[in-house]
Amino acid sequence: MKPTTFREITGNSKGYYILLALLGLTIAAGLGSAWYMEHNGHWVTGMNNQIIWGMPHVFAVFLIVAASGALNVASMSSVFGKTSYKPLAPLSGLMAITLLTGGLMVLVLDLGRPDRLIVAMTTYNFKSIFAWNMILYNGFFLIVGVYLWTMMQRNLNKYSKTAGFFAFLWRLALTTGTGSIFGFIVARQFYDAAIMAPMFIVMSFAFGLAFFLIFLLATYQWTGREIGCYLINRLQKLLGLFVAAVLLFVVTFHLTNLYATQHHGVEDFILSGDNIYSGLFWVGYILLGTIFPLIICYAPAFRASMGWTTAAAILVIAGGLSQMYIIIIGGQAFPMDLFPGKEVSSSFYDGVIVTYSPTAPEVMLGLGGVALAFAATLFAVKILRFLPLSLADAKINPHHSVQG
Amino acid sequence: MSNEQQTHSKNKTQDNTQDNNKIDNYRRKLLGGSAALAGAAALGPGVFFTSIARAKPDAEPASSEVRWGFLIDTNKCVDNCDKCVTACNDEFNLTGFGRPETDAQWIRTVTLRDKKTGHTTKLPLMCQHCAHPPCVDVCPTGASFKRPDGIVLVDKHTCIGCRYCMIACPYKARSFVHETIENQKEYGPRGKGTVESCTLCVHRVDKGEIPACAEACPEKAILFGNMNDANSDIARRMASTASTEIRGDLRLDLGVRYQGI
Amino acid sequence: MKAKRNIQRFGLVALVFTLFSFEAVADVPVPDIPEAIKGEQCVEEIGFMRRNHMELLSHQRDDTLRKGIRTQKHSLKNCFTCHVVKGTDNQPVTVKDPRHFCRECHDYAAVQVDCFQCHTSVPGGAKTTGTRP
Repeated sequence: MKPTTFREITGNSKGYYILLALLGLTIAAGLGSAWYMEHNGHWVTGMNNQIIWGMPHVFAVFLIVAASGALNVASMSSVFGKTSYKPLAPLSGLMAITLLTGGLMVLVLDLGRPDRLIVAMTTYNFKSIFAWNMILYNGFFLIVGVYLWTMMQRNLNKYSKTAGFFAFLWRLALTTGTGSIFGFIVARQFYDAAIMAPMFIVMSFAFGLAFFLIFLLATYQWTGREIGCYLINRLQKLLGLFVAAVLLFVVTFHLTNLYATQHHGVEDFILSGDNIYSGLFWVGYILLGTIFPLIICYAPAFRASMGWTTAAAILVIAGGLSQMYIIIIGGQAFPMDLFPGKEVSSSFYDGVIVTYSPTAPEVMLGLGGVALAFAATLFAVKILRFLPLSLADAKINPHHSVQG
Repeated sequence: MSNEQQTHSKNKTQDNTQDNNKIDNYRRKLLGGSAALAGAAALGPGVFFTSIARAKPDAEPASSEVRWGFLIDTNKCVDNCDKCVTACNDEFNLTGFGRPETDAQWIRTVTLRDKKTGHTTKLPLMCQHCAHPPCVDVCPTGASFKRPDGIVLVDKHTCIGCRYCMIACPYKARSFVHETIENQKEYGPRGKGTVESCTLCVHRVDKGEIPACAEACPEKAILFGNMNDANSDIARRMASTASTEIRGDLRLDLGVRYQGI
Repeated sequence: MKAKRNIQRFGLVALVFTLFSFEAVADVPVPDIPEAIKGEQCVEEIGFMRRNHMELLSHQRDDTLRKGIRTQKHSLKNCFTCHVVKGTDNQPVTVKDPRHFCRECHDYAAVQVDCFQCHTSVPGGAKTTGTRP
């Protein structure tokens, strides 16, 4: 198999600069929103003492989960020996870093005291999964950075498999940590489940690949570089597999809850309540985020179609955001069961389902994070050689690769 | 001026003039004797509700031999009374901006109605000062902490405002400061972007006084004291009457116990 | 040769700057530190306080908050209680006023403190209850 030729994209078209400018504006709007929220205090947002984490956290956790998943394409080649994915590994590592940057930007800028980030980085309570996550996030930057280096500097290539393996282990730890943020919460009905950690890992596979596909296919479309049917079809099938795996975990999660009488309340609330969460679950997650992408990924009619694959990826992202919204917001909206068997009322919204109306600044901050991830990727592929000149079938050369 | 307040201020003067006595009381208490109890009783009837026999010398750190807590008798809690809530709000200038969703509530009254029998109970709910507090476990910077004497506090110097403790608290005991605050009390720092909750009036307790809510309750439904001291009023009442923890299934070993629920 | 000339030039520039800065010193407004109302010695020697007050404050803060040690000697409260500055209404000025004890030097040194985002800056704290600014 011939070595792949990587080249920067030209990136001097009007379209490139318009896209970059639009992303820049979105980032600026996100930063402005953060300033507005911090200056006035969080009362100007939809978040309050009941819905403690809101839209910024939906976006932040989603991006962080997607970041570790974006690395998956690289792991497919370095850990699982699927060499046809090897030309995609540098972009995969790059997007892992940029998506994490975007997610962390949102998370940090939503803190009550973002000016104390240095405290968060220097004072650790090691019993807190949050503290561990900070170490995991920082370590992820470092390890994926080293991995990229070994891939992109020729005389270091021999170490890239080892680096890729450690990066893979690290990303598993990272997503386990992210899922455990919710899994470790004993207080709330909808959290406190060990399945959260593996579920988040599987979710990361799907979300990360979706982001990766959107960027890859759009870039190859717009730069006129060739990408062969073989690779598209493989990526399509891979996305479908991940989407199906997420579904398995989601079904298991809800079935387990439905079995225990004490969880019926919260399950009714999420699955069949007269609220946004059941709508997001059935329409957002099940129909748009699962069934449609599965059809696109496996039905012969859509086979190897760049347009349809992009559509499937966008749907997976929409479904993923719905899922995050259900877990993060829905999990808080349902009242905690302080007094089993009692009807509870108070001035502090005890015993009632609380409503959350996200405000524009919160959504803008979240979108700013997404924009940062894309803008950084778009810029990086212009200045460094992340993308192969061609991904045509002949270059990928499936018939001579070691995959089965 | 109510009877209690008079006793309270009288007791305060005595504290000031008889500093040595106070320390003596403290030492005797540490030795495990009941002499302090006798000493406090000598101050007059009703004194238990306004002061604790054991005032800690300023230079002495809080001791892990002490476990401060409340025993709350819900049978005494009267409908339409919120004197404990008002007292807390006044003590720390908590009352709000008229935005109930984001205004801080360190203590609230909760009404329970049994779904089957219709029986109603009312109780005040605040930070339960757990021995194994989930908020302390999850805090990334260690800003949430437990003093040796069992009082759970937020160190606002290191709180980054991530609100994970609020997610983790089973009692919704914590509030996030959603806006700029300018009317703090000298002993009650509060600031935008940090999390806060009931401090068990630690500024009073360290002076040998009892928390504002307990002092304000006209029915004396909130009994404050050292749960570790077998001779304390609270320990004796806990030993003689049934009491329970809210969400005892979580095994958090609470500093607040309830009777009548 | 060139290097030597450069050094000379540098020396000249340095000299000019030094002269100017001496000139400037005379005009710079020095902070007008409010005297302690009690007129006694500060809790530590003044030079020591100037250099180390922040260490003392943060040590005291951890002792008080974390351990419950309630001695007042090095407390923040002590600073602005002794060095209280009264406004025209004879009420202590808050840290919003540039004459506030802490601000006199901190404005001058351009060092921002965030103590008063949470702590009151006047002796006794807020007098009002139940109302908001």
